[in-house]
Amino acid sequence: MLETTWFVIWGVAWAVYFMLDGFDLGLGLLSPFISKTETERRIAVNAMGPFWDGNEVWLITAGGVTFAAFPAAYALMFSALYTPLMMLLFALILRGVAFEFRSKVESATWRKVWDGSLAVGSGLAALLLGVAFANLFAGIPVDAEGVFQGNFLTFLSPYGLAGGVFFVVAFLHHGALWLVVKTAGDFRDRARAVSFKLWVATLVLAVAFLGLTAVYTQLWTNLLGRPALLAFPALAVVALVASPVLSRQRRAWAAWGASAAFLACAVGFGVAGLFPTIVGSSLDPAYSATAFNSASSPLTLKIMLGVALSILPLVIAYQTWVYVRFGGTVTAENMEDGSSY
Amino acid sequence: MDTLILSRIQFGMTCFFHYLFVPLTLGLSFLVAIMETAWVRTGNEEWRTAAKFFGKLFLINFAVGVVTGIPLEFQFGTNWAGYSRYVGDIFGSLLAVEATVAFFLESTFIAVWFFGWKRLNPKLHCATIWIVAIASNISAFWILVANAWMQHPVGFTIRNGRAELTDFFAVISQKFAVLEFIHTVGGAWILGGFFVLGVSAWHIARGSHVGVFKKAFKVAAIWSLVFTVFEGVQGHMNAEILASTQPTKLAAMESHWVTSEDVPMHLIAWPDQENERNAIETLPIPGLMSFLVHYNPHGKVQGLKDVPKEDRPPVLPVFLSFRAMVALGILLFWVAIWAFWKRNSIESQPRLLKLLPWMISLPYIANLLGWTVAEMGRQPWIVYGLMRTSEGVSKVSPSQVWGSLAMFFGVYTLLGAIDFYLIWKFARKGPLPELPTTAKA
Ligand code: HDD
Ligand code: HEM
Ligand code: HEM
Repeated sequence: MLETTWFVIWGVAWAVYFMLDGFDLGLGLLSPFISKTETERRIAVNAMGPFWDGNEVWLITAGGVTFAAFPAAYALMFSALYTPLMMLLFALILRGVAFEFRSKVESATWRKVWDGSLAVGSGLAALLLGVAFANLFAGIPVDAEGVFQGNFLTFLSPYGLAGGVFFVVAFLHHGALWLVVKTAGDFRDRARAVSFKLWVATLVLAVAFLGLTAVYTQLWTNLLGRPALLAFPALAVVALVASPVLSRQRRAWAAWGASAAFLACAVGFGVAGLFPTIVGSSLDPAYSATAFNSASSPLTLKIMLGVALSILPLVIAYQTWVYVRFGGTVTAENMEDGSSY
Repeated sequence: MDTLILSRIQFGMTCFFHYLFVPLTLGLSFLVAIMETAWVRTGNEEWRTAAKFFGKLFLINFAVGVVTGIPLEFQFGTNWAGYSRYVGDIFGSLLAVEATVAFFLESTFIAVWFFGWKRLNPKLHCATIWIVAIASNISAFWILVANAWMQHPVGFTIRNGRAELTDFFAVISQKFAVLEFIHTVGGAWILGGFFVLGVSAWHIARGSHVGVFKKAFKVAAIWSLVFTVFEGVQGHMNAEILASTQPTKLAAMESHWVTSEDVPMHLIAWPDQENERNAIETLPIPGLMSFLVHYNPHGKVQGLKDVPKEDRPPVLPVFLSFRAMVALGILLFWVAIWAFWKRNSIESQPRLLKLLPWMISLPYIANLLGWTVAEMGRQPWIVYGLMRTSEGVSKVSPSQVWGSLAMFFGVYTLLGAIDFYLIWKFARKGPLPELPTTAKA
């Protein structure tokens, strides 16, 4: 029971991470393509300015939850995914510093470098997260000792790549919708137009990815054994369909929220389909790390449950406060008060 | 080179690099909070200018502090999978607590502080920087509890082939952890103080914004004096507890080879690890070492030869780092006294004004030396007495670690250079002209 609860918390941490950091990773990649002037570029950066760092802590927390609740799975997952995770780290480093650095030197070249690093870092991070999760869904070749028996190309299977591309496009869509929330005028209209195109691409890739999932993984089979969990893919579809409808009604927050729900449900689908496996071995299921064979001691799980249940609601409360307080539009004028990147 | 040595180099390098940015976050956040509080209390615009100016430097530093922290969190899994599996039950939960109780607060509220100057009322705005300062130091507490557990494991039992938690409270309240926390944040606060002293002195010497920088200088002078005294006095407690918890480390710090009584302290010494003796040792102060450990000049102090050769840390770097840290602590204390003494007439102290900007580098060095003592002195153990570093390493190929190590080296060198350049540039540029607003608005 404790293990199952922690598996759920583990899934929730990832879901929250993707629905929050998803938009700033997507917008980071989108911003150089969608903004025509330096001012628009700055608007795009400041549209995620107050949020991206707090969002990224959900990644640290998701990693921390894995470590605390399922140390053996954490050890297996992170060492097997060594190279993609290191690449993810460098991508996150490059994009993280870009926010702070880009406006610190008055030079067009300098800004171009950091805009590039923001875009490349964000896009690469999205791609790698997708590749990593697709591989977790499909299982990776780890032996009885927990040693990875493949190389970097192992991860770039068709399914792995499909997962990566799907994440990138879904995040781009999510980021475009955020830009609609945070901007005004012509820039917003352009962002909305782009979001519709990205929606089509997201839909196509989502369908393709779900189809490939049936071929390459056991997720569907597992879910069919617990039909109630089919609510995840069903809700994901509903949310994805709702998003452009809401956007057409000029309900920008709701459209973004629908996209967030889509991402959360998509992660929910994957995680629920994995249960109780965390890192599956494609060599022999007996080598897999599951919620049961990799869990921490009951005492640790209980103490951590107390911490999680008392602190995370608070975190959600103050982060929500920040989203509301800083939810207004970013314009050329209100960036001039010295409190912007 | 094998995976073990490469992973050690990588972990050490990334930790040291992270710790180039951490102490300024820990120390400067409080000083900025004090300056902003003074503004809210008095309405004096100079305080606000000072808070904003140092806040900007804080943010440039913070950016790299954050991005270099994430690789540390991940590396326990990527590079130290054996370790993670063995002690994750305890160590992993401490890291998770750190993220949930501290990182969320600091990352969320630092953004509120930066973007909120016009959007929040001054009192609320001021509260956010206090939240950042307190949260950062809470994060230090949890990570240091985790580190202290590697130095002196308590509250666990070996079960199911791993260390399992039996007493959470013992883990977070053990004396070793408390001392390590106090000493480490003390070192970080000293660094914050000297940073403000140095930057302020540079501007005062050039007659730029003298009013603003004299205010900052006075706060930092008091602050630095308090914490240099504190650190020196408190540092002994850290050393003293080693006599019972990590006697081998203590012996390496003093290069003390043979267990004996009436142990003197040699003012000049040079260890020779090969031959298990000191190549040079002169100027003994009789009984001092025994006295420091036992309050008794005849007390018995354990020597390095008591443990097998393979259980000894590298003596020379531990010994030199410890001496140098203590020497720097004493030097910083005298400089802090000087700055404190002249704080009201600082603009007419050209020598002090010239000296202080150079002093900024010293607490950085002292902090890194401290970690060298603590971490190298713990070797060859990853968890003291329980697990060897060589047993903790992941079974990944050396080529993978070579790749990441080369990337870390390249990216970090670049980042460090850019970040310190930006801090230097904006520190010299001084405060920007401010449109006046009132605190009591
Ligand atoms: C004594 C203090 C101290 C020490 C020894 C460490 N850190 Fe640290 N860390 C901090 C004090 C700190 C901080 C003051 O809280 C930072 C520095 C700058 C910042 O933004 O927060 C931070 C940032 C930071 C972040 C980014 C948090 C964010 O996004 O806000 C992570 C993930 C870590 N650290 C993880 C680690 C790990 C795994 C360490 C050990 C191996 C470690 N830190 C050593
Ligand atoms: C106020 C009085 C004290 C002063 C001024 C003082 C000063 C110092 C100094 C300067 C060092 C560094 C020595 C070196 O160069 O290696 C040191 C180390 C040390 N101190 Fe203290 N100390 C004091 C009190 C104490 C007390 C009361 C204890 C223990 C009961 C103690 C235990 C130690 C230990 C164990 C070390 C490290 C071992 C060593 O370096 O010999 N100290 N102290
Ligand atoms: C003035 C006398 C000082 C003494 C006697 C002293 C003593 C010590 C000792 C014994 C350790 C090792 C603790 C361990 O391994 O468990 C240590 C570590 C450390 N020291 Fe100092 N120290 C002094 C000054 C300073 C100063 C001035 C700084 C920084 C500005 C500093 C920063 C550190 C840090 C960051 C560590 C590593 C963390 C820890 O183990 O607490 N120290 N110190």
